[in-house]
Amino acid sequence: MGEAGKGDLRLVALTKSFETFTAVHPLDLTIPQGSFFALLGPSGCGKTTTLRMIAGLEEPTGGRILIGDSDITATKAYQRNVNTVFQSYALFPHMTVFENVAFGLRRRGDKDFRAKSHEALELVQLGQVSSKKPTQLSGGMQQRVALARALVNRPDVLLLDEPLGALDLKLRRQMQIELKRIQQEVGLTFIHVTHDQEEAMTMADSIAVMNAGAIEQLGDPATLYEQPRSTFVANFLGQSNLLKATVNLGGTDGVVTVRSHDADLEVSRSHLPDGASEVWLGVRPEKLRLGESGGPNHLRGVVRDVSFTGVATQYIVEMPWGQELTVVQQNDGSARAGLAENVTVSWAAEHGFALDASQAADAGAELVEHG
Amino acid sequence: MAWIRRHLVAFAAFAVLIYMLVPNVIVAAFSFNNPRGKYNYVFNEFSTEAWTSPCGAQGICESLGLSLRIGVTASLVATVLGTMIAFALGRYRFRGRSATNLLIFMPMATPEVVMGSSLLTLFLMLGVPSGTGAILIAHIMFCVSFVVVAVKARVATLDPRLEEAAADLGANPFQTFLRVTLPLAAPGIAAGALLAFSLSFDDYIITNFNASPSSITFPMYVWGASARGVPVQVYAIGTVMFLVALVVVIIGQVLSSRRNRQVA
Amino acid sequence: MAETAVLSTGSAVAPSHRRRTWVPYALLLPGLLWLVVFFVLPMLTLGSQSLQEGNVDDGYAFTGNVAIYAEALGRYWPQMLRSLLYAGVATLLALLLGYPLAYFIAQKAGRWKNIVLVLVIAPFFTSFLIRTLAWRTILSDDWFVTQWARTLRVTDLLQWVGLTANDSLLSSKFAVIMGLTYNFLPFMILPLYASLERLDPRLLEAAGDLYASPRETFRRVTWPLSLPGVVAGTLLTFIPAAGDFINARLLGNTQTTMIGSVIDSQFLRVLDYPLAAALSFILLIVIVTMVAVYVRKAGTEELL
Repeated sequence: MGEAGKGDLRLVALTKSFETFTAVHPLDLTIPQGSFFALLGPSGCGKTTTLRMIAGLEEPTGGRILIGDSDITATKAYQRNVNTVFQSYALFPHMTVFENVAFGLRRRGDKDFRAKSHEALELVQLGQVSSKKPTQLSGGMQQRVALARALVNRPDVLLLDEPLGALDLKLRRQMQIELKRIQQEVGLTFIHVTHDQEEAMTMADSIAVMNAGAIEQLGDPATLYEQPRSTFVANFLGQSNLLKATVNLGGTDGVVTVRSHDADLEVSRSHLPDGASEVWLGVRPEKLRLGESGGPNHLRGVVRDVSFTGVATQYIVEMPWGQELTVVQQNDGSARAGLAENVTVSWAAEHGFALDASQAADAGAELVEHG
Repeated sequence: MAWIRRHLVAFAAFAVLIYMLVPNVIVAAFSFNNPRGKYNYVFNEFSTEAWTSPCGAQGICESLGLSLRIGVTASLVATVLGTMIAFALGRYRFRGRSATNLLIFMPMATPEVVMGSSLLTLFLMLGVPSGTGAILIAHIMFCVSFVVVAVKARVATLDPRLEEAAADLGANPFQTFLRVTLPLAAPGIAAGALLAFSLSFDDYIITNFNASPSSITFPMYVWGASARGVPVQVYAIGTVMFLVALVVVIIGQVLSSRRNRQVA
Repeated sequence: MAETAVLSTGSAVAPSHRRRTWVPYALLLPGLLWLVVFFVLPMLTLGSQSLQEGNVDDGYAFTGNVAIYAEALGRYWPQMLRSLLYAGVATLLALLLGYPLAYFIAQKAGRWKNIVLVLVIAPFFTSFLIRTLAWRTILSDDWFVTQWARTLRVTDLLQWVGLTANDSLLSSKFAVIMGLTYNFLPFMILPLYASLERLDPRLLEAAGDLYASPRETFRRVTWPLSLPGVVAGTLLTFIPAAGDFINARLLGNTQTTMIGSVIDSQFLRVLDYPLAAALSFILLIVIVTMVAVYVRKAGTEELL
């Protein structure tokens, strides 16, 4: 790891074991300086424990934490140049907004704490409320105070623990954009812990999907979404239709055919795990088309449910073997189907992905929390 | 039906409130009495003597001063000891927790006469002289438990994440305690201290067991006077105590309701 | 502080080398030491004193004279019984009077809540001796209270049930029990208020919605949920009331002497230390036993 950048955060075999279970299995991760990184996973997957170990609020039972070349594993929370935006904010109720923001600077004896605090409050557009108590503010404003309170210290790493969890949907969307803007403006490393896949994909440059104390897959949002490497990731990041299939021998350089329920279906060779013969063939609902325009892969079925959601229409199409596929079709003027209608579902070879069939098809699906 | 029921409760509550307040009204009224004979039971004629010469009765102000000194000292010590225990109970897990809880509960579940007399036997056996020192020891002893209960209730409501946030922002454990934990626990500590002061200031039974002729507290003075005849000054002082208590409690209420309003 | 805080988010406690386990003990030590030396130890010396023989002038020697307990009980069982009875009646009365007021403050007072609460707490901070003396004025023969009671023949009723001996109100069982009730009422009201305040009014609405009459709502929802307050309040009233003798002396007569009074005078006037210590010890045992049984029956572990 000699090539690591000066301010990169490195976790080396970081572990947290309790008496009865292991919350975080030995974890290796390098988070480049200045990136917006998301730790995504269902509750209990170890993401918050990882975050708290980086903050110094939880002691690892093994491994090391480094920022650049300095090992901070043994330092205490108050000695680390790492700050946290806590879940439900943990703002000091007995101090004003300004005092909350200035708290960290004052502890470090920064003479310039007034100017810096006001500047931070301006950055989050809260210059007018600096003398109010946090409890007099709305949830969204409190969130921004918590952000300013952490940001103002210019930490090497800024940790966000489910920062938007307490906000309503509309405000959350707004804050997602704002957080991204602020991160780009200040250029600090942000590590964002969340169970909300949409939130992670909206904001992060790269995402680590965690499950049961280990990282399932690491990558940029598009790759994770288009080429999940496990059924867990496929299900946790959005919806997937998974078809049981056997890989046919041969095929061209670019495309392989697989046989699923008496149909031959094409999938890009690069989307196939090496050496697999039994696979789950996955297609995202929005990649499926009603009719034959979608591509070379065709399946016939009966429409069992139609729900109109405004920008799109979601169909449930039952296959002859009983499985139901979800099809999401943009309301872009393409053909609609009615209930009980016989339809053809089609998609392109490059829109499918194949996963090793030894995994459960529904891994992670039940853990998705929509909100 | 619901209307009648609701107002029935209000009427009952009002009647009970009257019952609780009537003696204070009597005390205030009789502080302006010029009693005929030595017992101040019948309103004879209006007089402001009790208010113009509050120390007019022999020994009354000395005993008041002693009670104030004992009350302040005992409540200070008990508040420190009790707050420490409350923090240990509210913030840490340790062996002997239930034994500690029992030891805190016991003084509150023991009649004063038992505590006073048992302390007397200890002091007799150890040869500790009765007097102000013995009274102080006793008062601190029975006040500690009440402070623990008051402070513990407050500490239990503190969000441990606030302390984590302080550490995260670079405050060392000492700074965290001073700037975050202590200010947040302050209402509980203040309530405990007030309770301790009033318990100490008002105690007669335990005090009587450990007092000497030179350490007559205010309640002991009143007790003695109740047999000889109660000087009007006692009623004036009782009225002042009520008014001071009223002001203190109102201030406490205003502070806590302001806090609650912010939380809401 | 935060380093060592154990109330962390996880349910499991990590084995940690950095946590300073001595901190809670250091915090506990001074206070608990005080309680051990000046509360627990005296209980032992009290027990020891009761088993000694001798007199104040020549000193006492431990003889293991258990017979003193039989003597103490034989001589003073009426006062002991009376104390428990008076305290029990006063506790019941305080519950009956305190409950509506606590309920009113917690659930109905609205913007009057703080004012009423102040009026309940403030007298509690005023010397209770002086307030008890005030009752002597209120109940004295010359005052309108007694006059009205006579006119309304309440005095006859009280006399008939044996709470008073003549047509006066003062210096009677009635006055003593009334005084005890009055003095310890705040100890009843505050815990009741604390538990009734936590009662979510929507629960009462839900009970009504599910066809419970107001009476049933009280019996099946309000009362059970206020039980912790009831248990704490009755204990905080009964225990001091049973040991009290101020009310008995200031408002009673020679027939209303309570056990606290006997202990007090045996110790401080008669100077019969062993007998006084034995009586004190018996009172302690009786109260502790009653409290333990009561708490177990009430099934409320987290009293305080």
